Amino acid sequence: MEKQMKKKSIVTLCFVVALAIILNYVAFIGFNIAGFSYDGAFGEKGIKKGIDLAGGSVITFQAKTDAPTEDQMQVVESIFQTRMTNAGYTEARISQGEAGKITVEIPSVTNTDEAANLLGNVAKLTFNDADGNVVLDGATDIKDASYQYGPVEQNGSSIPYVKVEFNAEAKQKFADATKAAAARASEGKNYISIQMDGEEVSSPMVSEEINSDSCVISGSFTPETAETLANQIKSGQLPFDLEVISKETVGAELGPNALKTSLIAAAIGVILIMIFMVVMYRIPGLIADISLLIYVGLIGLAMGVFHVNLSLSGIAGIVLSIGMAVDADCIIFERMKEELRVGKTIRASVSSGFDKAFSAILDSNVTTIISCIVLYISGIGTVTGFATTLGIGVVLSMFTAIVITKFLLKQLVNIGIENRSLFYNAKAKKGGAAE
Amino acid sequence: MKDLTKNRWKFVIIPALIVAVGIIMYIVHGGFNFDVEFMGGVRMQVNMHTEFDNKEVADLIQENTVDTVNATVQKGSTNEIAVIKTPPVEDSVRQDIFNAIKDKYSLSDEDLVSVSSASASFGLEVQRKALMYTLLAIVCILIYIAIRFEWRSAVTAVIALAINVLVMAAVYTITNIPLNTTFIAAMLTVVGYSINNTIVIFDRIRENMKFRKKNESVSELVNRSIFETLGRTINSTITTLITIVLIYILGVSTIRDFALPLIVGIIAGAYTSIFIASTFWASWRESSMQAKAEAAAQRRSNKKN
Repeated sequence: MEKQMKKKSIVTLCFVVALAIILNYVAFIGFNIAGFSYDGAFGEKGIKKGIDLAGGSVITFQAKTDAPTEDQMQVVESIFQTRMTNAGYTEARISQGEAGKITVEIPSVTNTDEAANLLGNVAKLTFNDADGNVVLDGATDIKDASYQYGPVEQNGSSIPYVKVEFNAEAKQKFADATKAAAARASEGKNYISIQMDGEEVSSPMVSEEINSDSCVISGSFTPETAETLANQIKSGQLPFDLEVISKETVGAELGPNALKTSLIAAAIGVILIMIFMVVMYRIPGLIADISLLIYVGLIGLAMGVFHVNLSLSGIAGIVLSIGMAVDADCIIFERMKEELRVGKTIRASVSSGFDKAFSAILDSNVTTIISCIVLYISGIGTVTGFATTLGIGVVLSMFTAIVITKFLLKQLVNIGIENRSLFYNAKAKKGGAAE
Repeated sequence: MKDLTKNRWKFVIIPALIVAVGIIMYIVHGGFNFDVEFMGGVRMQVNMHTEFDNKEVADLIQENTVDTVNATVQKGSTNEIAVIKTPPVEDSVRQDIFNAIKDKYSLSDEDLVSVSSASASFGLEVQRKALMYTLLAIVCILIYIAIRFEWRSAVTAVIALAINVLVMAAVYTITNIPLNTTFIAAMLTVVGYSINNTIVIFDRIRENMKFRKKNESVSELVNRSIFETLGRTINSTITTLITIVLIYILGVSTIRDFALPLIVGIIAGAYTSIFIASTFWASWRESSMQAKAEAAAQRRSNKKN
């Protein structure tokens, strides 16, 4: 019976190690199996590099109005912010210049024209009847807009479209307007023209009164243009037209070596930490190394999958989180050592070591998460990037320490290693830094 | 086992010395070396394709601009990259500056590696925001510690934090590293990290207090707790330092400017966690317990009378 358990645990351990290696391979190199492909964290669809690592766009807008007020510019800035956040440019920076100038820096995005369009359009959405009368105004009547993909007609094929939700008042207006339009079928004027900044986006035919709190805008959209439109409607309309007065694409500020050297440093760092952990904690150290490997794979995968915008400060967040990832292991193992020293069995030491270490791990990580949240909402470009990577890192490291390290240690206990010196230096004095 | 609590004031000497040197260097350098993001202005990076003299480039800029712009010129990631900083100027002036350099060193348009500019008001805005949110983060942490531990722990943890921040600020004035938004990131890293260390020690104190023996004083207990957690404090500081030191050794100059204060800050963070936060908490707690005991004794004797 015991032998069987031992065998099972050895198999599980090997399985986890293999899984850790596969995870890292997928996270950093990618895969391509049966049509599903992912080209790794540093592939095209992975991490977005910040202006300081990969260059990016800088666009300066000028308000096309005489003497815009400070409040108006503030509105423009917050709309820009919303549009960029919705478009995933989380590390974009906005700065206001004198006399209605506003500058936007967007890392990684080299399609400067597209970004300029997204931001600069007023996005005045109107629903008009056939005679050009405005029946619904996006600024006051729309509650929400979202990008959707699917069939808009029965048995129709899937296309990208934008779903617009009305508030209660607008629902009535829309019902009235569609009723009126439907009645004019004989004139050929039974349609509603949906216009964005005066340009018709689509003009659906109306055959009956539509009493609904949402409506679909479909036209000749690509997923990107539909997403942009939804984003613009949702973020609201700009108080005035903005003209692009300068557009430039910035080359890498730190030189092409910055990212590469940081990654090499991180890789060597991980290897040194692994060696350090084995020297300090022996067999449990080895377990921590497997956890660390899984952690590195997970963080690579998370960064890649969520397209995190990585800049210098983001790298700092990751580097710090790697160092901190083994911190929880250190707390647990030190606790285990203490339990072993007072003569407890290995099994008992592992379990009580975990229990006693838990509150320290929780409290120390929660404070870090608190500061990450506050910094994230600060909206200062570089700081947000740092907070994002560190926050992701801390959450993941708690997971690997509490769940994975514990699971692996249990397997280790089941294997039934009796030699206590594989767990700690039994001859050393109690306490002290030399441990 | 050394009595750390008794010697607590001695441990303040080292950080105090560093801060003092920092203040002197602050005066020598005439304040912090604020970067464009904090002060407003223009920063250009130009690939000169040859070694150049900083002063020569600065003079060239002064001669070729209408308002004789005072630019600071530094070497960038390599000796052939010039980093030029000017106060806020018009776009046309910025163009003039680059054209002058372009003609003199026969460069092409692509050699303008990057340009960034910010107005002075934007710089102040970032400064204000950074300060505000850092303080907000610290206050939130303080509240959490006060809830999970007790209010005295929160206060001493924040005092230790303040010492760290001062030591790091001193590193910036001593080395004259430019202060930009990465400075905020570095500060926050250290804030988060040293709080982490402090909390692990407080956690052990909290646990030990539950099973405190009658004959053990709070100071002794805190001392014991610090030594019990010392292995972990040192080991996890080492693991964190490993990666950052490597970044300092291998990284390009901008990253090194960021890594150095971090290294100092993390060491300072471990130092204040071990020697300052809990030792001062111990003496504070002890004296308040003593005061309470005396008050109780007073009440008892009053009753008797």
